[in-house]
Amino acid sequence: MSLNNVSLNNVSMHSIKTLFPKHDIVYLALLALFLGVFLPMTLDIFRLNLVGKYLTYAFVAVGLVLCWGYGGILSLGQGVFFGLGGYCMAMFLKLESSDPESTKIQSTPGIPDFMDWNQITDLPWFWEPFYSLPFTIIAIIAVPSIFAYIIAVAMFKRRVGGVYFAIITQAIASILTILIIGQQGYTGGVNGITDLRTLLGWDIRTDSAKYVLYYVNFFFLMACLLTAQFVRKSKLGRLLVAMRGREDRVRFSGYDVSSFKIFVFCLGAAFSAIGGAMFTLQVGFMSPSFVGIVPSIEMVIFCAVGGRLSIFGAVYGTLLVNWAKTTFSESFPELWLFAMGALFIGVVMAFPSGLAGIYKSHIEPFIARSWEKLKRSAPTKPVAMAGSVSPLGK
Amino acid sequence: MFSDYTSAELISIFAMQGFAGLILFSVFVLMALGLAIIFGQMGVINMAHGEFMILGAYVTYLISNLFASYLPSLFGIYFFIAMIISFVAAGALGALVEWSFIRFLYQRPLDTLLATWGLSLILQQIYRSVFGAREVGVTLPDWLMGSIPLTDTIEIPINGLFVMVLTIAIAVAVYLLMYKSRWGCQVRAVVQNRPMAAAVGINTARIDRITFALGCGIAGVAGSAFTMIGSTGPTAGQLYIVDTFLVVVFGGAASLLGTIASAFTISQAQSTMEFFLSGSMAKVLTLLTVVIILMIRPQGLFAMKVRK
Repeated sequence: MSLNNVSLNNVSMHSIKTLFPKHDIVYLALLALFLGVFLPMTLDIFRLNLVGKYLTYAFVAVGLVLCWGYGGILSLGQGVFFGLGGYCMAMFLKLESSDPESTKIQSTPGIPDFMDWNQITDLPWFWEPFYSLPFTIIAIIAVPSIFAYIIAVAMFKRRVGGVYFAIITQAIASILTILIIGQQGYTGGVNGITDLRTLLGWDIRTDSAKYVLYYVNFFFLMACLLTAQFVRKSKLGRLLVAMRGREDRVRFSGYDVSSFKIFVFCLGAAFSAIGGAMFTLQVGFMSPSFVGIVPSIEMVIFCAVGGRLSIFGAVYGTLLVNWAKTTFSESFPELWLFAMGALFIGVVMAFPSGLAGIYKSHIEPFIARSWEKLKRSAPTKPVAMAGSVSPLGK
Repeated sequence: MFSDYTSAELISIFAMQGFAGLILFSVFVLMALGLAIIFGQMGVINMAHGEFMILGAYVTYLISNLFASYLPSLFGIYFFIAMIISFVAAGALGALVEWSFIRFLYQRPLDTLLATWGLSLILQQIYRSVFGAREVGVTLPDWLMGSIPLTDTIEIPINGLFVMVLTIAIAVAVYLLMYKSRWGCQVRAVVQNRPMAAAVGINTARIDRITFALGCGIAGVAGSAFTMIGSTGPTAGQLYIVDTFLVVVFGGAASLLGTIASAFTISQAQSTMEFFLSGSMAKVLTLLTVVIILMIRPQGLFAMKVRK
C-alpha cells in the first residue's frame, strides 16, 4: 500500500520535473505573483484594466512563441484569430444588450443598433446562434481553430512555409479587415461592435466586474502558459524544434511533418481567440482595427521583444511594449512610431532572442554567481545539513 | 447584375473599367517589378517597399513645386527630371538600408520582414513630420490633362496613357538589364547558385547591394508615376504593399514575366468587378481568389526552378 503510494508519488514528481525542468516553475510562480498579486495591489482599477487589456495580447504572443519560435512558422495573421474570438464574444454581448426593450426607438426593435442604421430589418442567420452562451463559448474556440485548420491544411500539406506562409496569412488578415469594414450592416463596419453592457445580466462595466474579469483573464493566461509549457516539453515541442532546423530530416525519419505544424498553428489560433474574447469582455468593444495587418505584426513584435523562445518572456515583452506604447503615445505621440520602428530593427539586429535572451546571457549567470557566493559566505550550518542529508539519500 | 445594361453599354463599361484596370496594372507592375527583383532574386521581404514608392512620390511633388515657382517655363517637362531624381533618391536610400542592416539578415528572411516593417514605420513618421499628415497632389502639366475620345462613350485619359507607356518602357528596360546585360547575368548567377557565383569571381555582396538599390529605385519611379493618377499621403504605401506581395507571389517569385501577367490578371479582375460590386467586395473577391489559387498552386503562375 505504502509502496504503491510512494511509486505514484515518484511518477507525479517525475512528470512535474520533466514539465518544469530547472527554474521554469520558479519563473511561472514569479509571473503569477507579479500578475496576480503585485499588479492588482499597486495599480488602481483603470490601470489594472489596461494591464488586463495588454495581457489579452499576451495570449497571442504565447501562441506565437510556439508557432514561430519553436515551429518556425511566422504567421502575420494572428489578429484574424484574435478578432474572430473577440467578435464571437461581442456578438453574444451585443445581442444581449439589444433586447426589444432597450432598442424600442429603432425602426426594428430587437436587432443590434448598427443593423438598424444600415436598413437591415432581420437578424442575419449567422447571428441567430449567438443568443446562446454555451454556443458562443464553443464558437470562440471552434471558429478560429477551424479557420486556422483550413488554412494550415491547405498550406502545410503542400509544404508551403516560411516567407510564403507569412505573406498569405497577411493577405488573409487584409481580406478579413476589408470584409468586416465593407459589410457594415452585418459586422458594425469600421466602428466595430460597440456599447456592450452585460453578460447574462451581470454589468461588465463596473469596477468590481473589471477586477473579476482581470482575474478570469489571469487564470486563462496561466492555463494557456501551462498548456504551452506542456507542448514545449513534450515530444511535440522537440519535433517542432527539429523541424525548424531541418524539416527534411524529420520527414525522412518517418514523421508526418505537416500534421505537427497544423496542430501547433491551430493551438496558437485557439490561444489568440481566448485572448480576443477576453479583450472584448474587458474593453467592452471589438473593432476591425484589432484584426488587420498592423495589429498582427505588432503582436509578432511583442513576442520578439519578450523572446521568441520563451513563453514567459512573451508575456513580459507584451506588457513592456504596450506599457511603452501607452506612455509614449500619451506624452510624445509623434515619437512613438520612431521608437516602435527602432524597436523592430533593434530587436532583430541586436537581440534576436529578446528579453529572455538577455536574461539568459546576463542576468542568470549573475544570479548563479551571487547564489554561489551567498552559499560560500553563509555560516557552516547549511553545509553541515547538506553533509548529513547526502549519506541518507544514498 | 448584367441585365440592367444594354450590350453596347456593357462593352463601353468593360472598356472603361478595363482601362482603369490598366492604370492600376501600371502601378502594380512598377511596384511589383522592384519587389520581384528584391524578393524574387534575393529572398528579402521588403515591407518598406511602399515607403520607397512614397519617397518617389514626395520627391516628384517637391520637384513640381520647385519648377512651378522657379522655372515655370520648363514646367511641361518637370516630370522627367522628377522621375530621374526619384529613382536616384530611392535607390540611394535603398543602398544605405542594405548596407546598414539588410546585409546582416540574408540568412534570416523572416527577420528582414520585421526589420523592414520597422523601417517602414520610421519612414512613415518622417513623411508625416516633414510633409504633414494630409495628402498632397501635384499639378499636371497641360499636355497631360484631358482625354482622347475614342467613341461617344469611351474616353481615354491622357495621364493614364502616359503612365502605361512609362510602365512598358521601364519593364522593357528592366528586362534588358536582367537578361541582356553583363550585370543581369551576374545577378541571375548569384540567385541560381551563390557559392558557385562567388567562386567564379562575382562579388556577390556588391551584386546584392546594387540589386537592392535598383529594386528600391524602381519603386521610386513607381511613386513618381503614382502622382500622375492619385494623391500621396504618408501611409499610402502601406495600402499597396500586401497587394503587391500577392502579385509577386502569384506570378511566381523569380519570374519577371509572371509578375507582369499576375499584375494584369489581378488589376483587371479587381477593376471590372468594382463597377458591379462595391469596391471593398471586389477587392475581397480578388484577393480571396488569389489566395485560394496560391493554396492550390503554391509556386505561382510561372515558377522558375532554383537550387535552394
